[in-house]
Amino acid sequence: MSDTARGGMLEPHAWGGLSFQERMATAEFRIHHTPHIVVDGRVCADCSTRECVVACPAALFVPTAEGGIVFNHEQCFECGTCYLVCNREGAITWSYPEGGHGVVFRRT
Amino acid sequence: MTDVDVIVVGGGPAGSCAAITAARAGLDVVLIERGPFPGSKNMYGGVVYPRILDGLIPNWWEEAPVQRWVTRRSTMLLTPTQALTVDFRSQAWGAPPYNGATAYRPDWDHWLAGHAEAAGAQLITSTVVTGLLRAPSGAVTGVRTDRPDGDLTAKVVIACDGVNSFLAKEAGLYEHTDAKHFTLGVKETLALPKEVIDERFAVRDNHGVDIEILGGTGGVNGGGFLYTNLETLAIGVVLKLTKLGAQKARPEEIIAGLKRHPAIAPLVQDGELKEYSAHVIPEAGLTMMPKMIADGLLVAGDAAALCLAAGIWLEGVNFAMASGMYAGEAAAEAVRAGDLTAVGLAGYQRRLSDTFVLKDHRRLKRAPELVLSDRVQHLYPQMIANVAERMFRVDNPDPKPGLRRILAQERKRAGVRRRDLARDGWIGFRSFG
Repeated sequence: MSDTARGGMLEPHAWGGLSFQERMATAEFRIHHTPHIVVDGRVCADCSTRECVVACPAALFVPTAEGGIVFNHEQCFECGTCYLVCNREGAITWSYPEGGHGVVFRRT
Repeated sequence: MTDVDVIVVGGGPAGSCAAITAARAGLDVVLIERGPFPGSKNMYGGVVYPRILDGLIPNWWEEAPVQRWVTRRSTMLLTPTQALTVDFRSQAWGAPPYNGATAYRPDWDHWLAGHAEAAGAQLITSTVVTGLLRAPSGAVTGVRTDRPDGDLTAKVVIACDGVNSFLAKEAGLYEHTDAKHFTLGVKETLALPKEVIDERFAVRDNHGVDIEILGGTGGVNGGGFLYTNLETLAIGVVLKLTKLGAQKARPEEIIAGLKRHPAIAPLVQDGELKEYSAHVIPEAGLTMMPKMIADGLLVAGDAAALCLAAGIWLEGVNFAMASGMYAGEAAAEAVRAGDLTAVGLAGYQRRLSDTFVLKDHRRLKRAPELVLSDRVQHLYPQMIANVAERMFRVDNPDPKPGLRRILAQERKRAGVRRRDLARDGWIGFRSFG
């Protein structure tokens, strides 16, 4: 995701000198090209709450200037927050990444 | 004829313990993990209470991948400018059989899965179970996976597929899923030299500290935690999902706020971020629990919402390990008896009911809601901290006020109604007393 796509309130939050990108770079993601979560921006267009934008710990839901939502699956923790807070039927189609892919938390 | 006796879905603590007991009972067991290794998808705050393993892995403490043994347990109450801590230490918790331990879940879960393999279970990693195979009667007869020709049949499927359990949902065991029953846990793992951690937290050797925090999560209902690993700290917050979006507060900003608190900042200063991580927690206990048994299917661990979030007790891995163990035993019983229906599998329910797994949840059924309520979250901490501040403040030439007067004044000042306080106190006493 580009710097500008992070947009608005999410950039550049530098806590202790760390940007959000640097924060996300500390977690390992084995990215699969097929998105395991699909967001239907048309359903989101008239959503006024947009809790996914605030709640997603990886900040993967980004509002666009046109009033839609852009979603990128690559740095997803697969936690489930987005579909749980979403109140729009059909906006988020949620599944797990292909076996062996997605987030890999570290061993010592 | 099925491919195997038992399929266990998910190589977390519930899944591995289910595989261990089922395999040791002589069954043919497959343990399926969607990550590249067991534990790779799993994250928690950082403390495990492993005594349930005493029977399963004798002297588990000699081999378990523990970071530090928790010998110091603090409960901390924060307001923006105050902190009140109850701090308990016991040397007994630093020797066998121990009490709590900090551990990394990828290490812990990987270790437990090793025991499942040693017991004879076949571990298959990097494989997602995408759905259930069902007989015309509805009975579960196996799973679909994302492997080519990936259908696998079994006499019993044990779903240990975590908090989002799509298998339990597919089987219709959850009546509904409600965001208000879940919290989001976010955590930072911060690197610091061992000597610095030892000094800041006043511990030695492999002894460690568990700090549970009420307050410090901004306007979002939840709580915080700070744990010592050997050469890292785990600091994070647990946030009520329905409040998170409403408050327009981002999870990493809330952690940052906690790290800036005057009582926390000196403890975490200069810690270098090693890993940022997140996971959802089934927080509502008995209120949200699904049916855990269907024909050919058992559900254990987070998939069954077996997580205890009751303020002073925050436990999950022990409930997962126990429920997994019992599910494996019950599956073996059913296979031996040749009855794979919910009736044949009822030994699972009996074991859960007879042990801490459901007894603790029954006793504490009203605690999760109380702990996350607005009064406990936003009014009581300020009231209690103010009482403490006035107790310890020397206001000469004024004489000391009596405790009763301070309590009455601070209750009023915090806007707490006597009736609510009595009611919450009663629920608290019934739960914790």
